[in-house]
Amino acid sequence: MAVVEKKKATPTADLGKEALRVKGFWRSYKWLILRRFSQIGILALFLIGPWFGIWIVKGNLASSLTLDVLPLTDPLVLLQTLAAGYLPETTAVLGAVIVLAFYLIIGGRAYCSWVCPINIVTDAAQWLRNKLNIKSQLKLSRANRYWFLGAVLAVSAALGIIAWEFVNPVSMVQRALIFGMGFAWAVIVMIFLLDAFISRRAWCGHLCPVGAFYSLLGKTSLIRVNAVALDRCDRCMECFAVCPEQKVITPVLKKTGRPTSIIKDINCTNCGRCIDICSTDVFRFDLRFNDLARSEVGPNAAESTKQSHQREVLS
Amino acid sequence: MSDSEQRARQSRRRFLIGLIKGASAAGIAGLGIGLYSTQARSLPATAIRPPGVNDEDEFLAACIRCGLCVRDCPYDTLKLAEVGEDVPLGTPWFEARKIPCEMCEDIPCVKACPTGALDPGLTDIDEADMGLAVLIDQENCIAFQGLRCEVCYNVCPVRGKAITLELRPNKRTGKHAFFIPTVHSEHCTGCGKCEHACVVEIATIKVLPRHLAMGEMGDYYRLGWEEKQKAGGSLVTPDLEHRYTLPEGQSYDYEGQGLIREQENQDATPFGNSALDTLNRGFK
Repeated sequence: MAVVEKKKATPTADLGKEALRVKGFWRSYKWLILRRFSQIGILALFLIGPWFGIWIVKGNLASSLTLDVLPLTDPLVLLQTLAAGYLPETTAVLGAVIVLAFYLIIGGRAYCSWVCPINIVTDAAQWLRNKLNIKSQLKLSRANRYWFLGAVLAVSAALGIIAWEFVNPVSMVQRALIFGMGFAWAVIVMIFLLDAFISRRAWCGHLCPVGAFYSLLGKTSLIRVNAVALDRCDRCMECFAVCPEQKVITPVLKKTGRPTSIIKDINCTNCGRCIDICSTDVFRFDLRFNDLARSEVGPNAAESTKQSHQREVLS
Repeated sequence: MSDSEQRARQSRRRFLIGLIKGASAAGIAGLGIGLYSTQARSLPATAIRPPGVNDEDEFLAACIRCGLCVRDCPYDTLKLAEVGEDVPLGTPWFEARKIPCEMCEDIPCVKACPTGALDPGLTDIDEADMGLAVLIDQENCIAFQGLRCEVCYNVCPVRGKAITLELRPNKRTGKHAFFIPTVHSEHCTGCGKCEHACVVEIATIKVLPRHLAMGEMGDYYRLGWEEKQKAGGSLVTPDLEHRYTLPEGQSYDYEGQGLIREQENQDATPFGNSALDTLNRGFK
């Protein structure tokens, strides 16, 4: 294994500067830019209809119709209707099945980092938090969101209504952006302040039951982040500092006896910030089967596994 | 107690406390959302649901707030409730006075609904039941002042059935008629075109939810004439002739000659039975 000097952890205000110096702008912000493009692009698709009369996608993220053929339905909303005791028509069910299949492949919480507009708000809050070096921390359990998910479904069942949709900031903000803002900006401000000054990654990382639902959905998802070149890791810990779900990254960073090289934790959002920020390119997106830890023997383990994988693909 | 036992006890304790903490968080959130949503589900009387909503409670279980009905409404009638409006958040509604439902024959909003919250069984828009128009203010409706307005009657898409004009004599002038718009609940769809078109400053005819607009007679009132017609004949066998309590020698013919004094008709001879009577008459 290559000997790399252990560095001091980067101060939060300087996160990403090393990557920017070594890799240049595009490679140190690639996935972030692509994610913003995806998040804003999806909203734009919904908006060019009402704004310019070009109807590609109708509806909103609860349920939509693309090019008058493809129905897509948020499976969590549909689950709430079922809990409320209503059996929806086939179009909605079909739409939900398509969405389920999609996230089973690309990673459940990819919804959070690639689609959800609230993510832009909480990322902005985190950026400010890093810049101002805010340490305030109201302790919240990351398990809360799963409890909330259960509560949301229980209330829907008890009252026979889609309970979460009365308060859900995620769908509220989407709808506000697509159909009319009303006072939804207040919800955006609340979440921003919560994340920036009260508790780190409070909303997406601890409270949001939508994220919890997609976490569970992505349990076996195909696309995951792989720490393919751990031998190049210089322990700067920037990946850890930038990760919205820090716990997910630790298992793959163990130098010896790491259980896996794939970030398999269901809470990983596949946001790719660790890939961007790593100045030595330790990470990349990969298929979940390409686990290097199992065959890890030397500095070239990554290369050899990659080659063998390519051979498999070719043959 | 051995070390490992103690550790096991501690970890069990941590596990249980974690469970209680999580369940409490869920309880607080669940009760909070439950309480809030029970209040937030109420619908103001002026908010009208799109066609195909049969029951508000069922609708709130079925509508996923996607807005596809809003997008397919060609007249921009429908809108989704925004944050801060007093309609259940994100659900479709309209205000008749602003933009009424134009009652499209192909009902695009119902077709667009992916969940069936708008009942796909509704194929004839005349069968829609969004509410019921009520001529709620007779003091300000100009038809009640004797003016020939008739606008609500003329814009009604179910013209001549949902709203008819009933004639009443105008006693003030003594020679004119009032043309009173009258809504018939079995034909009104609640589209709101009448409310939208009403010519006075604030509409005197308004669409209300049916449960507010209508009373109920109750089972104990049965209309005899309808029951008789339904049965195809009298329900009391044989149909008894009505008997009026009148002084002896008089009878009453309903829908006929009225009060009948039997003496006058039946006394064929000028002479009564009593000689004294005859004498008295003769002397007068």
